[in-house]
Amino acid sequence: MAVDMFKRVPVREQEAQVRAHNFEEVCLGYNKVEAMDEATRCLNCRNARCITGCPVNIDIPGFISQVKEGKIADAYQVISKFSSLPAVCGRVCPQESQCEAKCIRGIKGEPVSIGKLERFVADWARENGVKPAGAESKNGKKVAVIGSGPAGLTCAGDLAKKGYEVTIFEALHDAGGVLSYGIPEFRLPKNTVVASEVENVKNLGVKIETNVVIGKATTIDELMEEEGFDAVFIGSGAGLPRFMGIPGENANGVFSANEYLTRNNLMKAFRDDYDTPIIGGKKVAVVGGGNVAMDAARTALRLGADVHIVYRRSEAELPARVEEVHHAKEEGIIFDLLTNPTEILVDDKGNVTGMTCIRMELGEPDASGRRRPVEIPGSEFTLELDTVIMALGTSPNPLISSTTKGLEVNRRQCLVADENGATTKEGVYAGGDAVTGAATVILAMGAGKTAAAAIDEYLSNR
Amino acid sequence: MYKILKKEYLANRIWLMDIEAPRVAKHCMPGQFVIVKMDEVGERIPLTICDYDREAGIVTIVFQTVGASTERMATYEVGESFRDFVGPLGRPSDLTEEPVEELAKKKILFICGGVGTAPVYPQVKWLKEQGIEADVVIGARSQDLLILEKEMGEVAAHLYIATDDGSKGFKGNTTDMLNELVLNRGIAYDHVVAIGPMIMMKFVCLATKKLGIHTIVSMNPIMVDGTGMCGACRLQVGDEIKFACVDGPEFDGHLIDFDAAMKRQQMYKTLEGQALLAYREGLTHKGGACGGDK
Repeated sequence: MAVDMFKRVPVREQEAQVRAHNFEEVCLGYNKVEAMDEATRCLNCRNARCITGCPVNIDIPGFISQVKEGKIADAYQVISKFSSLPAVCGRVCPQESQCEAKCIRGIKGEPVSIGKLERFVADWARENGVKPAGAESKNGKKVAVIGSGPAGLTCAGDLAKKGYEVTIFEALHDAGGVLSYGIPEFRLPKNTVVASEVENVKNLGVKIETNVVIGKATTIDELMEEEGFDAVFIGSGAGLPRFMGIPGENANGVFSANEYLTRNNLMKAFRDDYDTPIIGGKKVAVVGGGNVAMDAARTALRLGADVHIVYRRSEAELPARVEEVHHAKEEGIIFDLLTNPTEILVDDKGNVTGMTCIRMELGEPDASGRRRPVEIPGSEFTLELDTVIMALGTSPNPLISSTTKGLEVNRRQCLVADENGATTKEGVYAGGDAVTGAATVILAMGAGKTAAAAIDEYLSNR
Repeated sequence: MYKILKKEYLANRIWLMDIEAPRVAKHCMPGQFVIVKMDEVGERIPLTICDYDREAGIVTIVFQTVGASTERMATYEVGESFRDFVGPLGRPSDLTEEPVEELAKKKILFICGGVGTAPVYPQVKWLKEQGIEADVVIGARSQDLLILEKEMGEVAAHLYIATDDGSKGFKGNTTDMLNELVLNRGIAYDHVVAIGPMIMMKFVCLATKKLGIHTIVSMNPIMVDGTGMCGACRLQVGDEIKFACVDGPEFDGHLIDFDAAMKRQQMYKTLEGQALLAYREGLTHKGGACGGDK
């Protein structure tokens, strides 16, 4: 079949009505023929603008030209030089605002499906047992990485490739951070994709010690003074959930998105053979409009609920990826836009019975540049509900900053770090949500990568 | 993996286990807790630290079987291992962070009920090691439900036993015992620590409020991660929302909204009951007509 140079090769997905009732992956990805067809659309630009759109600067035309020739293993080695988590990034990166936004093809037609190609290459490598190129010889220097999320895994992988002896300390019982507890199975399968990317990082020589809460079981000062680590990278994420502070928020049936998603993703509550319970709910409202809100809503839907997204601005301002909003709508999630909760209604046993909301309209732009939502007086109404999930964003956990001498935070509790990730404490670097506040997987990976280079320079010159 | 080195039945479905966990043993302090996940499919269960041996790298935990998960946990034997054991979590007891000379000025009373006796033991033991004396009340419905009586006797200045049926010690509940000590025997306590069932802590706090004695309680709400991430353990403390896992587990008992906390405790009761039946009798009770399909 001839490829239309202006249009992408379409990617196969599970039917919306079918996937609304299961936790299998929504997007099925390209097969080899489809990937090779799509690859022919790449112009192999000499000044490839897509690379500048990628926070970890993957040689995108380089790997796509290998795909074009059907050399998938070679394509994988090209990507591996830049990224430790291609199967993850191919799924969850906002390519439409990064690499693909810069694609020359996008000027007259649709940009090359860079994300779907990356995903295909990574999945093919996993299924065919192709591993990333191994570490050089060890240099005898030890680096501790706090947190095994995207920032930590990337930093650890890069340092291991340079010969450092790296240990990752993870507070939870499984590695992956937000990839394990936050992003649902139907977007990012755990046992196949996440587990194997973590395994690849381990194969580079990285040790992962789970169940170690830094700041409690040990401290950064002890790691450096007693356990002999020459440098530390903090990629501990932004773990603390926010609540609205409205009446009724402590009622039974009100969850943070973190709790709801952790029960389902990390603890696998949706599976009968796991012990952790989850209250699926019959009528659920998710408050918020980001990717996490979409994830929570689509999880509740799959657990059998009617689900509303309640968001105070309009559709144009939804912070979630367009693809996620599109998928959520297809699956039957109802969007109550320009709507803000004012109170959660509770029965005498403390269970949620509903939520009072007020309609909003957009006023003048605020500090974020988005038009500020203002209440329309007298427009209150009540949603009948049994479950409310708050997806209002998260902030960094003060556990590490409060137990490490000389580590400064700003007023949002984010670690202070320069453009290379260096914190206010010598030998200690940081990156990802712990520094920026809640952001994306790929930005965290970019920060992990930058910090790995800075740590290498710091330790080489010492 | 975290190996079980010792297992002992105490009383009233309460078990004690010694667990090999050097990182936790090295840093844990009285007042803190751990989370145990038995195996791949297990829940994360917050449990009390009852004792620790820093040199040997051992942490002693005590738990009562109250549902399917804790019943399953009690089937583990010496030599077997738990998949995950994380801690120490929460803040150490406020008492351990006060200067010893300040502590010496205080007349301290610990009030424990049921399995809540376990987290009190390391606090009293730690105080004794600093040369500080403290009195302890252990309450139970009946004599055969008491735990850690001998161990507590060795570290407490005065140990008072209170049983509802009068089978041992004072006849009455812990609040009655408190009133007896303060009002009838004229002991002037200026600091009370109460740890036990929510309902016991509520009534102790009502009594100490009347008596004007500063009171600390240790809360044990529903938790998932135990590091501040999920917010399941949130509590109303005065006019603030606090997370028991990182802000607690100890709080000023006079600021806790116990009625709200007890309602939250009920949240998973139906699901837990179904899980327990399923564990004991097979999957016949799960799903279907009862609507218990998790």
